[in-house]
Amino acid sequence: MNENVLITGRVGKTGSWLHRYANPGRFLKLIRPALPWLAAASILLTVTGIVWGYAFAPADWEQGDAARIMYVHVPAAWVSMAGYAALAVCSFFSIIWRHPLADLAAEEIGPVGAGFTFVCLVSGSLWGKPMWGAYWVWDARLTSVLVLFFLYLGHIALIRAFDNPTHGHRAAAILALVGAINLPIIVFSVQWWNTLHQGNTISFSGNSKIYITMLYPLLIATLGFYISFITIVCARVCAAIMERRTRGLLLAAAERAS
Amino acid sequence: MNFAPFINGSYGVTVIFLIGIGVLTFTRYQRAAKRLKAVERTR
Repeated sequence: MNENVLITGRVGKTGSWLHRYANPGRFLKLIRPALPWLAAASILLTVTGIVWGYAFAPADWEQGDAARIMYVHVPAAWVSMAGYAALAVCSFFSIIWRHPLADLAAEEIGPVGAGFTFVCLVSGSLWGKPMWGAYWVWDARLTSVLVLFFLYLGHIALIRAFDNPTHGHRAAAILALVGAINLPIIVFSVQWWNTLHQGNTISFSGNSKIYITMLYPLLIATLGFYISFITIVCARVCAAIMERRTRGLLLAAAERAS
Repeated sequence: MNFAPFINGSYGVTVIFLIGIGVLTFTRYQRAAKRLKAVERTR
């Protein structure tokens, strides 16, 4: 039985609110008016964070100006991991409830997440050269992020690899869910293994090892990157829904004409 | 050591990526909206 009795005594379907908002038409109606505001917020926060980090934040006492790379590297790393977590959640919804919106979102998250992971890898590599003397080392953190990049690429390829899109979505969803095991490995790699990559600087328990004048631009850039990611993915999902609707209308018109 | 090329490189890659994906997404969105509107009008 897919029904439960709510506390109010009303009978409701399990997760009915979820199904309500998973409707592509409703999503389009809800998100389209918000897109200009989201875009404005993402541009404002990202530009502020990047300019503050590049030109106005203080240099690090140990790493000097090279630490400025942190203001693009760290937000890109966080967004790439959050993006993959979102991909895994969409895949879960896709497998359990077969929501068409979850499939669409997973398809659009993949390339954006891969882009942010690429930025994280390149900026990290450019930070590694002056600090470690090498662009790349097979360190646990670096390797696990490289695996994340390959998982994104695998997902992008797999979702488009079948003639029947449903098969592609299903196979890619399984890959995304299995690949989610890599997320805790990335986060805890600096604790589980002896790594050249530094440990966690920011802590939510209040033990952050970063000075406040460096923390503010980092948090603003991070917020900007997160909102940029959300805006881009939402806009791409809206575009995909509209493209599908156009295809459907053209097909119906062609059938009527024949 | 001169850090400028590494810093500029990191920021350059990031800015190019953000602008690139932003422009591509905006163009695709506009095109999809325009096409849907045109098809709906001809129905």
